[in-house]
Amino acid sequence: MHDSQVNQLIDHLFRHEAGKMAAVLTRLLGFHSLELAEDIVQDTLLKAVSTWKIKGVPENPPAWLYTVAKRKAIDAIRKHQLQAQHNQQIHQGLRSEWTLSSTVDDFFTKEEIEDSQLRMIFACCHPAIPYESQIALTLKTLCGLSIAEIASSFLTSQEVINKRLYRAREKIREARIVLEAPALAALPGRLEAVLHVLYLLFNEGYNSSHPDQLIRHDLCEEAIRLCVLLTRNPTTDTPDARALLALLCFQASREDARTRPDGSIVLLKDQDRSQWNTALIERGKYYLETSTSDGAPSTYHIEAAIAGSHSRARTFEETDWKSIAMLYNLLYQMKPGPIVALNRAIAFGYSESPTAGLNALRKITGLNDHYLYHAAMGDFHALNGNESEAFHCYQSAEQRAVSPVQKKLLAMKQFELSSRVRG
Amino acid sequence: MEKYMFLFLGGDTSHLSPEKQQAHMEKWFEWVEKLKNEQRYVAGEALMPGGKTVAGAKKVVTDGPYAESKELVGGFFVILAKDIDEATMIAKDCPDYVLDGIVEVREVIKFD
Repeated sequence: MHDSQVNQLIDHLFRHEAGKMAAVLTRLLGFHSLELAEDIVQDTLLKAVSTWKIKGVPENPPAWLYTVAKRKAIDAIRKHQLQAQHNQQIHQGLRSEWTLSSTVDDFFTKEEIEDSQLRMIFACCHPAIPYESQIALTLKTLCGLSIAEIASSFLTSQEVINKRLYRAREKIREARIVLEAPALAALPGRLEAVLHVLYLLFNEGYNSSHPDQLIRHDLCEEAIRLCVLLTRNPTTDTPDARALLALLCFQASREDARTRPDGSIVLLKDQDRSQWNTALIERGKYYLETSTSDGAPSTYHIEAAIAGSHSRARTFEETDWKSIAMLYNLLYQMKPGPIVALNRAIAFGYSESPTAGLNALRKITGLNDHYLYHAAMGDFHALNGNESEAFHCYQSAEQRAVSPVQKKLLAMKQFELSSRVRG
Repeated sequence: MEKYMFLFLGGDTSHLSPEKQQAHMEKWFEWVEKLKNEQRYVAGEALMPGGKTVAGAKKVVTDGPYAESKELVGGFFVILAKDIDEATMIAKDCPDYVLDGIVEVREVIKFD
């Protein structure tokens, strides 16, 4: 028992390690053994829960997990006598009892783990699997997101995501799809899905659907890290990859200014802009400037340009809303959807007038259940001096908000309004 | 103070995401910490699932104590409490009830 180590487990350790172990094990066992790899990961975590909860956290938790996973992998190799449809070299090592352990050990080195993750992400983004299922499968298996988190990033229900995952696995089985790292030439074809995965992973971190946390830095960092890896490889260093990385850098630069120490939200308007991370803004600028191409800009280019425009404004009042509204118009043409429409209406309202903003908001359908829609309505009513309408909208928004921090912010807004009326 | 044994049955976390599994485990850490701070904690062991059962005059050996994971003993604590009522109160802090876990509270017989 390690008395002093109680509660010292790193946040998200399980989620991180689940993704890493899945990646390494699939590479080791062959990409056709995705389900077997997932089972081993699951068994390993279960063993950790049942042991650690009673005996406490071991000295080196990741090493403990890897040791268990390795042992289970060796058992599986012996039991299934896995046919090597994969790498000949790996197969050689696994075939003899003599070299089995050391070959398995080799797969759990730091470099191999990092490499495997990106490789597996490309493998899961297999074109024969429906696009949305590819992404759900990758987020679940390799990024360790829960079904609920994936559902929230797609603005859909958990049942839908379960169906997509089921379809992905069915397809892999039926069509006997071999999930393997694609050859260099096939990488660009899969890059679109891979970028989408990283984009959603970052978003879940930046606007967490977890009730008690607004930002989960670990997810944001992970998405940036993987995106940097893409830009370091000449085959995947495309204008779109750079534009996405620029977007992630701009967004991440505001992470610290976005929450107070108590976890409550600070709106863009009220943020202390001196807290913005200038190093990240510079990196964002660099990647955006070097992301030009002869082809059409991607949605990442547009979103990065919007985020970049915000980071140029020294005060909220200096924000170039005209350009931002124009960029949202472009984005809406490329990616029409209620959330883009909402942001477009907000930018339009700030560049024209609160009434213009309200009118644009009223034209949007399908967002009645979304708290941000009602909060935006409330903001423009408040700007128009229509306190009672604004109050009403903030109330509707508060009812629909998911996390306590969001609810608290909306309650604050109602409080400010009522003191304005009284005072 | 008397010794009591808590036998932990069930409490399956296999349907939870890695993140939730970790969160559940951290509740156990808090509980153990509390028991130690109150100087009630004596010992604890976790048990592997499965195993063998030997039974009857013919010493028939079968696999696994129980088929149902619901009834499987996953581990035990030995703790100190004034009486069975206090021990039962303490057992109510076990985090596993949300997962249909069961705690059996048994007094350890003093041999004197």
